[in-house]
Formats: sequence, C-alpha cells, structure tokens
Amino acid sequence: MSVALDLETGSDYGSSHGRAYWAVADCWNAVRRGLTHYQRQPVYIVWQLGFPIVSVLLYGYVFGSAMKVPGGGDYREFLMPGMFAMTMAFGFMNTAVAVVTDSTRGVIDRFRSMPMAPSAVVTGRGVGDLLTAVAELLILAATAFAIGWRWDSGFPGALGAFGLLLLLRFSLIWVGVWLGLLVPGPEAAGNLFAVAFPLTMISSVFVAPSLMPDWLGTVAAWNPVSSTVTATRELFGNPVASGGTWPEEHALLLSVAWPVALTAVFVPLAVRRFQRLSR
Amino acid sequence: MNEHAVLAEAIQKRYGEKGKKGRSGRKGSRGESGERGGTYALDGFDLAVRRGTVHGLLGPNGAGKTTAVRVLATLLRFDGGRAEVAGVDVARDPRRVRSRVGLAGQYAAVDEIFTGRQNLEMFGRLFHLGSRRAALRAGELLEQFDLVEAGGKGVGEYSGGMRRRLDLAASMILAPQVLFLDEPTTGLDPRGRGEVWDAVRALVAGGTTVLLTTQYLDEADKLASRITVIDQGRAIADDSPAELKNTVGGDRIEVVVAEHADIPAAVEAVARVADAAVETDDAARRVHAVVSDRVAALTEVARTLQDRGTAVEDIGLRRPSLDDVFLRLTGRRTGADAGPEADADGDVATGVKEGVAA
Repeated sequence: MSVALDLETGSDYGSSHGRAYWAVADCWNAVRRGLTHYQRQPVYIVWQLGFPIVSVLLYGYVFGSAMKVPGGGDYREFLMPGMFAMTMAFGFMNTAVAVVTDSTRGVIDRFRSMPMAPSAVVTGRGVGDLLTAVAELLILAATAFAIGWRWDSGFPGALGAFGLLLLLRFSLIWVGVWLGLLVPGPEAAGNLFAVAFPLTMISSVFVAPSLMPDWLGTVAAWNPVSSTVTATRELFGNPVASGGTWPEEHALLLSVAWPVALTAVFVPLAVRRFQRLSR
Repeated sequence: MNEHAVLAEAIQKRYGEKGKKGRSGRKGSRGESGERGGTYALDGFDLAVRRGTVHGLLGPNGAGKTTAVRVLATLLRFDGGRAEVAGVDVARDPRRVRSRVGLAGQYAAVDEIFTGRQNLEMFGRLFHLGSRRAALRAGELLEQFDLVEAGGKGVGEYSGGMRRRLDLAASMILAPQVLFLDEPTTGLDPRGRGEVWDAVRALVAGGTTVLLTTQYLDEADKLASRITVIDQGRAIADDSPAELKNTVGGDRIEVVVAEHADIPAAVEAVARVADAAVETDDAARRVHAVVSDRVAALTEVARTLQDRGTAVEDIGLRRPSLDDVFLRLTGRRTGADAGPEADADGDVATGVKEGVAA
C-alpha cells in the first residue's frame, strides 16, 4: 500500500536478525531519542550543566574562602571531587523525571505496544544518561581546571577516578528508573530534590566527616557518596582529610562495593516495577 | 483467516487484592469486587469486531473500556478467557500481535520537543524500518494525515487535533491490520474532533479495522457500524447504531415554555409530531417527545407555538446520549452529569431560539 512498506510488508518479525541484534538496535534508537531531546532544547543543556558550574564557583569561592581542610591542603582542590560526585548523585533525579514523564504521557505504553525489544525502554534510558554524565564530567573538569584544580597523580589514576564517578551514576540510574515508575507524576519527581539534597550534604562532599558531630560524622562517612568522593580524592591526588574511620580508610573498596550493592538491589526492583505495568 | 479482526471470549481481568492498581490501572478499574477482594475490571467480556469496520466500544468512565483495549493490545495480561487479534492468539504470541496492531491511547504519546517528522522517524526506526525507510514512511504519513506543513514544526506548537492526528499517524507506521483508539477525541474542541473523525474514516476506507472506545454515543454513531455497550466489565448490548438508538427512542424534540400555564398548549403542539407519548417535566416547564423527522418536527412545533403566541423559552432537538442508552439498558444513570455529553455533541443540541424568532 505504500512506498516505504512495499520493500518489506509488515515488520521485521521473523526477519534474519535475532533478538539480541534488535535489543541493541532498539536501545540505540532510544538513546538517539534522548540525545535529540538535548539537540532540540539547548536551553536544557545549559540548565543541566549550569547548576554544577555555578555550584563549583559558589562553594569554591563563597564558602571556600572560610573553609579549612583538616590535615592541610587547598579547599578548592578538596572540593572538586565532591562536586563531581554530587553531580553524579543528583543525576538519579533526571532519570526519574524522564521516566515518569514518558510513563504519564503514554510514551512507555506506546513502546510496549510496539514490536520493539521491551528492554530497550530501560537500557536506552541508561545508556543515554551515562553519555550525558560523561558530558557533565568533561564540562565540570574543564571548569575546575580553569579555577586551578589539578590531578597530581598521573593519567591512570584520574581515569580510574572518573570511572568510579560513572559507576556511581550507573548504579543510580536504576534508583531513578524505579522511582520514575513509582511516583505519580513529574511534579512529584521534582520533589525528590528535597531528599537528594540532604543525602548529598551529609557526606564528605563539602566538609570532612571528622569535623561533624560524632553521630552525623558516622552517617556521613558511611554514605555511598562519601566513599566515591574519598576514593576519587585519593586517585586524583587531591587532599583527602580522612578521619581515620574504617569506611574512610577503605574508601576505594566501598566506592566499588556500594554501587554494586545499589545496582544489585535496584535492578530487580526496577524490572519488577516495569513488569507490573502489565498486571 | 476468519471474518473477525478482533475476537474476545469471556475475558476476565482482575486487579490485585491490595488495591494497588499501579499507574496502568488508574482508569477503568472500578468494577465489581471479586471473591478474593480483587477488583474485576473485565468480568466475562465478549467482543467480536468484523474485518474492515469501525467498532465502537461505548461506556462510562470505569466501565472497563480502557482495560479491554489494553488487554487486546497486549499491554495487560488477563486472568481468564480467550482473545484473538488479527488472527493471532493474544496470550500465546503477544509479540506477533504487536507487529499487527496499532494503539493510540488517551494521551497523544508523541514527543513535545520533536517535530512531527522527527516523531514519526523515531517511531519508524523503533518499528525496525531502518533510517531510510523510516524517513520515507514519515513523509507518506504526514501527507496522509494532512500534516505536511506542520511536519517541520515542534509538536509543542500543535493544536489538540493536530497532535492526535500525529499520534494516529505514529500508530499507523506499519499499516497495522487493527488499530485500537482509546477515547481519541477526549479533550478536543469540535474542530479537532472533526479532524480526527475524518482521519479515522480515511483509515477504514484503506482497509484498517478500528476498535474505538468512547463515552459519546454521538461519536460512536458517526463512526462505527456496530456498537458494543460495556458496563462493569461486561458487554450489555451489541448492535448497529440505528438499532441501539431505536431501543433508546431516537431523537427528541424539547420545548421549554416561559409560563406554567402554557404547558398544555406545548403538549398539544408536540403531540402532533411525536412518535410516542409526550413527556412533561412540570418543574422545568419542559415538554419533550421522540420524533422521527427531526427538522420537520421542529419547524412544525415552532410554527404552531408562534401562531398561538405561546412564549417559548427554549426549543431544540436532542439526540440520545450515552446517559439515555444507559438508563434504558441498566435503569441507572452513568453518574456523569450531562455537561461533557452536551459538550461532546456540539453540533447536536441545535439551539433554535433564533430560528423561532425568524
């Protein structure tokens, strides 16, 4: 009936490509959809990247001027890994908002009614968010570089540090997908900020836990965000200001263990939520 | 293959006991309570849609329309019964069903940020057409749905009717045999509604089978060759629009007089054109009756009343609404007030005060 469809009536169903091929192809198309959003809405990129940049400048210069790092060292050198990790941590809200927007607008239903790989709805989101995170880290690192931050440990260490940051972001994708399928609407997802903010503040992002009251310092030291921050400080060769507690001494181990644990918990939860849509 | 594009037999669909419906079950889940505390959204639902026709699924909010469509479009699993769509068993091979059906839900599931063309190309790629054919197909569909000029604009700038048409186009990318339309005109103004109706008619002329849910008898009447009325998850009537309207009593003429004293005069005037007994509502000073020849009846009554100098506050024709059908079939009202119904008719409740004065 139509030019485009004459070549192959109906669909690929039963075509020579296997399911795995389409799982990847559909994922890539879903990623392209996410990236085209940015291309169509440059303002959104500015907003997305503007917040971390403004944070770097505000915390670095407004607070930074009054801050002392325990054990010595420059506060802005100390702060930058924290800003990187905070940006990664806040990322779960972007995931959640994108998922809940698609779900309330019926886009997820349309995808599910199509002969595409169902996994692509989620994997496409994940890969797209990771690519965004890479862009965020590049911009942040450039900004940090401009105000004098350096890594003093050589390239492999820096690469490892960025890897840990992306690992944290990866684990939080699943938290975001799960929350996105859980909350009723995009407005509710916006309120997640009220949870995200204290969760990242009570950590070693801005201040060493050893300077906090004991109970709060313990909470902050065990915070998964702290583990990533402390480990990246070590890898970048920036001031660490460790209080000598167990989680701080084993930050490298925990910075891998925490994201793996989060992923292990939230992947099944997110998948179950997704499957619940058919019930 | 058989003559039916959609066949459902005794479908049961129960939502979980905990009362947690999830986002998907938000609509259409107010059925009867089951034995184990679950809620039956579909309770022995039967449906047969002939190939190449528009079939209307008519019912109030919560009757189970959306659940029925979601079950048939493979979005929801069902608990009992049998369903076949485009010759494929829904429970056994949902993936094959998905390659043969299209779905346009209650929200236009298109990307606000993309242009119309980008939307269709993106969906085309996800339908595995490949970039080149996806682009070709997008061009064809923009033409078919009269969106060529709007194709390069962001969907955010589209009117409601254009958005729904784009949504229809997206659901037609693979030229599916069966198209499910869940309340496609909800929230549209009369013009947008007309645009969507035209698009649906064109699709059916091209051979697509359409199952359309609606709350508006008028819409089902305009588009469908057969209507199934659904209530509490069960089909309570299945008939042609004409027969269905006959059971309700067809069109009515309504006269509202200015003075109580004029009611007998109005009854007499209406009785001359009425097909059945004239009914009166004293409190509202309203006199109404079923008529067969709408325009002749209206002209006749208006002239009679004018000749006698009877002061008329309002006079008009009213088509039966879903509410009337429901009252007749179940003895209950739908629970929805007349507001949205009257709104849906737009061109129907022919207010003719001006006509009388002329």
